[in-house]
Amino acid sequence: MALVGLAAVFGALLGFAAIRFKTEGNPIVDQINEILPQTQCGQCGYPGCKPYAEAIAGGDRINKCPPGGEAGIQALADLLDLEVIPLDDEHGEEDPRPAVAFIREDECIGCTKCIQACPVDAILGAAKQMHTVIASECTGCDLCVEPCPVDCIDMIREEESLQNWHWALPNPVSRQVEIIATDAAQATSGQDRAA
Amino acid sequence: MRKIFDFHGGIHPPENKHQSVQRPIAFAGVPPELTIPLSQHIGAPAVPVVEVGQRVFKGQVIAQPKGLVSVPVHASSSGTVTAIEDRLVPHISGHSAPCIVIATDGKDEWLPDIGDSATPDFEHIDKPELLERIRAAGIAGMGGAGFPSAVKLAVKPGVQIETLILNGTECEPYITADDVLMRERAAQIIGGARILRHIINPQETLLGIEDNKPEALAAMRAAVADTDLQVVEFPTKYPSGGEKQLIEILTGKQVPSGGLPSDVGIVCQNMGSAAAIYDAIVLGRPLISRITTVTGDAVREPRNFEVLIGTPMRYLLQQAGYEAGKNNRLIMGGPMMGFTVPDHAVPVVKTTNCLLAPTEAELPTPPPAQACIRCGLCAQACPASLLPQQMFWFAQGKEFDKLEEHNLFDCIECGACSYVCPSNIPLVQYYRASKAEILKLRRDHEKSEHSRLRFEARQERLERAEREKEEKRAARKQAAEAKAREASSAGSGEQDPIAAAIERAKAKKAAQSAGEDSSSELEKLEKAVVSTRKRLDTALAKLREAKDQGADHIDALQAGVDKTQAKLRAAEEALNAYQLANASTNGQNDAGAEQPTSDDSAPSAAQAAIERALAAREAEAALPPQERARANLEKLQQRLASSRAKLAQSRDAGEAEKVIEALESSVERLTEKIAAAKQQLQDLESA
Amino acid sequence: MALMRITSPHAHGPMSTQRVMQNVLLATVPGIVVLTHFFGFGTLVNILWGSVVALACEALALKLRGRDVGFYLKDCSALVTAFLLCIALPPYAPWWLIAVGIASSILLAKHFYGGLGYNPFNPAMVGYVVLLISFPLQMTQWAPPRGVGEVPGLLEALQACFMPASYDAVTMATPLDVLRQNNSLLLEDLWKETAQFGRWAGIGWEWVNIAFLAGGAWLLYQRIFTWHAPVAMLASLALLAALFYDGGSSASGGSPLFHLLSGATMFGAFFIVTDPVTSAVSLRGRLIYGALIGVLIYTIRVRGNYPDAVAFAVLIMNFAAPFIDHYTQPRTYGHKRGEHKP
Repeated sequence: MALVGLAAVFGALLGFAAIRFKTEGNPIVDQINEILPQTQCGQCGYPGCKPYAEAIAGGDRINKCPPGGEAGIQALADLLDLEVIPLDDEHGEEDPRPAVAFIREDECIGCTKCIQACPVDAILGAAKQMHTVIASECTGCDLCVEPCPVDCIDMIREEESLQNWHWALPNPVSRQVEIIATDAAQATSGQDRAA
Repeated sequence: MRKIFDFHGGIHPPENKHQSVQRPIAFAGVPPELTIPLSQHIGAPAVPVVEVGQRVFKGQVIAQPKGLVSVPVHASSSGTVTAIEDRLVPHISGHSAPCIVIATDGKDEWLPDIGDSATPDFEHIDKPELLERIRAAGIAGMGGAGFPSAVKLAVKPGVQIETLILNGTECEPYITADDVLMRERAAQIIGGARILRHIINPQETLLGIEDNKPEALAAMRAAVADTDLQVVEFPTKYPSGGEKQLIEILTGKQVPSGGLPSDVGIVCQNMGSAAAIYDAIVLGRPLISRITTVTGDAVREPRNFEVLIGTPMRYLLQQAGYEAGKNNRLIMGGPMMGFTVPDHAVPVVKTTNCLLAPTEAELPTPPPAQACIRCGLCAQACPASLLPQQMFWFAQGKEFDKLEEHNLFDCIECGACSYVCPSNIPLVQYYRASKAEILKLRRDHEKSEHSRLRFEARQERLERAEREKEEKRAARKQAAEAKAREASSAGSGEQDPIAAAIERAKAKKAAQSAGEDSSSELEKLEKAVVSTRKRLDTALAKLREAKDQGADHIDALQAGVDKTQAKLRAAEEALNAYQLANASTNGQNDAGAEQPTSDDSAPSAAQAAIERALAAREAEAALPPQERARANLEKLQQRLASSRAKLAQSRDAGEAEKVIEALESSVERLTEKIAAAKQQLQDLESA
Repeated sequence: MALMRITSPHAHGPMSTQRVMQNVLLATVPGIVVLTHFFGFGTLVNILWGSVVALACEALALKLRGRDVGFYLKDCSALVTAFLLCIALPPYAPWWLIAVGIASSILLAKHFYGGLGYNPFNPAMVGYVVLLISFPLQMTQWAPPRGVGEVPGLLEALQACFMPASYDAVTMATPLDVLRQNNSLLLEDLWKETAQFGRWAGIGWEWVNIAFLAGGAWLLYQRIFTWHAPVAMLASLALLAALFYDGGSSASGGSPLFHLLSGATMFGAFFIVTDPVTSAVSLRGRLIYGALIGVLIYTIRVRGNYPDAVAFAVLIMNFAAPFIDHYTQPRTYGHKRGEHKP
């Protein structure tokens, strides 16, 4: 009798909790898509971020997105409760510096091929007219580079400057005096050169 | 006596202020070269308005502000502009920024019309005009951040400011620039305060000064004797000079998180800024110099200097007897919030309140960090009531959500937590790095959101374009059918089958478009080819029948057949193109059909022609590209010949105009095709 | 000379982790002296042997974890653990008992969790509880205090530690034990009939507690920790004892003063509860943390089966510390109270 009573009470509690603390999440595909960097670059092998999000929801691996990088994999692993795996080299390498496409305008022949390739309409121009990239809209996806028949598109990586410089996290294990990021970078690049 | 409030936490580091107040303010002199950065304030850098080689006077505008949050830059002494280029600036990153370099001529000659705008009776000038003059004088917060004063004073309309606070706290150890300014130039500060009061019209004006500056307090009390300005003395504690902390001390109010002091009816200004505003309005002089403390055990005569903006730090240090060998780091600002500068050559800027050149014994190199033992001293010292030890934990684990939950962005980076930390953990660096990382993530996310919207908009546009094309095709087809119907209604009893055919076509079309979404692109295309082919067959059959009966609507039927043929070609081309595009995935399915000959013989013949063409195409596909092109060309030429023959035959037979037109257009098309094929062949051969 | 580029602040306060630990070690001295006076050299031998084992364990763990041994040994945290555990152990404990306890403290409770600062449980108390559960016999043998029984000399203490087989220990129940097992005598009569009781609590024990109180007061004065947790713990313990004193009947749990000056009360309040790593951090949190430990100590002392309760009470509350911290987050400057929903 007591057991039945207990069962009823806890059942009611659980039922109440289920309603009261219901999580109203958007479908998993949207949540995954939210994490993906939306460069629409197709490096993952899918035509855009949404299709890759759908593929991940369908069980594909989460390490195929170089622009998202390690942070993206981490976020996906957190969301989907998966193990963090290293980025798959097959799909490219992570470059933390954001890139922007740049058209060498005197070489552009106005073929509009890059305009058709751009997934976010960041290239402006018309047939037989010079084209140009709207830098603020460019996601750095590289897709315009390959179709260009005269090879006049460069991907320009943003270099560190006064404007975008910021402190790096100190290295917790290091016994070194915590030197700021740029010094550390110099030290490692020096080692690289030596090696 | 006014009630004084206290704020949470705070520390009492050794003050070390006595060293630099032994001597009065001295003019540092005109250095041989001035390096004046274009961005000495928060906001957009100013834009140069002088050229290399141009002679400039002291006080002359050399760069104009760009945008609202920006101030102009003035030449601090007379001389010649020798360069406008990137130079090292006082920033810890060690990066360069655009500067105007002036080789001084030693005459220190003012602009001739300087002081023309001097207005001792500023009460008659209205507020916007005063703000514009303050901006034009290049005044940006001289306490540290360098926020343009005019922007800070331009309170939103409708906001009533109850309290104007002049910040004379100077809570950082070592720094005495405001202290000596108050001692020696109290009248100037009070003059500035009166201008500020005129601009923002507060109910009360408070001058907050810590009790460790008795001389400054006495001087200021004497200066405010006959005014309704109030000097408020309060106990020394770091960081009571932080704007938010000072507001709490003097008024008991807290500035809401993410808000401005004006949200609680308060405006804060620095003592140095008040003095500069006095110079700008009453004397008409722009901000070209400031008081800077030069102190630390690595200088023999620590004192305060009046320094021209742009003076290289090395020059200034030498004036105070700098001993470079003893110095381990050069700090701009105080030991708590100041930052190390990368080189002695960087210039003094508007925010340089102190140059601290300590020895290793004075400010030793921090030892390596030990483990956090969660002693909680940091939480007790934090003036913002944060939990630094928790935030340290989350910063290490890059748990940015948790950091924001723990109000990381309310951290003022005062360094009290790092100061008390027994394990020497560089907490402030953790917070700075995490803040920057979070801001970057926010920006990235905004950008990705923006990209996603653009991508989706583009997808939608492409789909819409496709749909419109489809609709146009449908409309064209309907027009043709309508014509056919017209023709048939004019004819004898043929109406029913044709109408039925149209109905069938319509139904099919509807079914097709309904099933469009689910069926793949390839299937759709294939279906289109098959159905068009069927339509062609029936049309040909009808044509033949009509001919046999000698009906008079043959023309219309003939046109219908032509159109259907054209459609079939289009469908086949589309299928081909699609298959080619997907060649890598399904290369085996590359057997598109060539257009059938425009034959108006029996349907079986047409069918056979189509099949022949298909077979030929398949055979072709097996051939190398050059061969294929050549075969194609030959075939086309044959077809052209037969078409021409047919055309001549029709003309001779005096056939209907429509038929001849159709044949003519077919000849034209073939000619074009041959030209294209020739070109292709040439290309292939040359390759 | 190249200019250094490092983050602000450039000044640093006088406090260091090493100094905190050294101060704690120093503050145990009065207590150790009084313990030695009343119970002989047993505790001192415990501490010496324990420190050696602790330093060895710490060095081994650091080495295995690939850390700089010399640098981390200097923080003295291993010594503090050794001192605290050895003070808590009965004097004249065999060497292996101490070694097992120290190894559990340093390796199991500390380094398995990531070393100093990452351990959720107080290492000394983990070591103590491991021993208490594994070797209850050895752990409940307390020597009689001076004035009640014979106090062994230094040689005997060494013999007890390193040649336990040849040492014949004289032991007797602690006053806390006696009180718990009493259910027939009025407290007044119990005091008269049992030799171990002194003026307020057990002979020797009262002075040991006063000595630790003095050491703790000195640490407070040095601002090594805040008053919140120890005061809350002592207050709640005294309050509960007063509530259930029952006028000294045979069912009485003992007077407030008896509880404050018995067993490991003061030692626990100022040296165990104040361990920063495993306690709550916010000041309000420390009040709650300390008070709940006081409640648990009283409950386990009066109702439980073990001679003292500090170790269990502290370990149980170690569990709760992060939870307490979570709900006692202070209001951040510029935020309204309750605005932040944790």
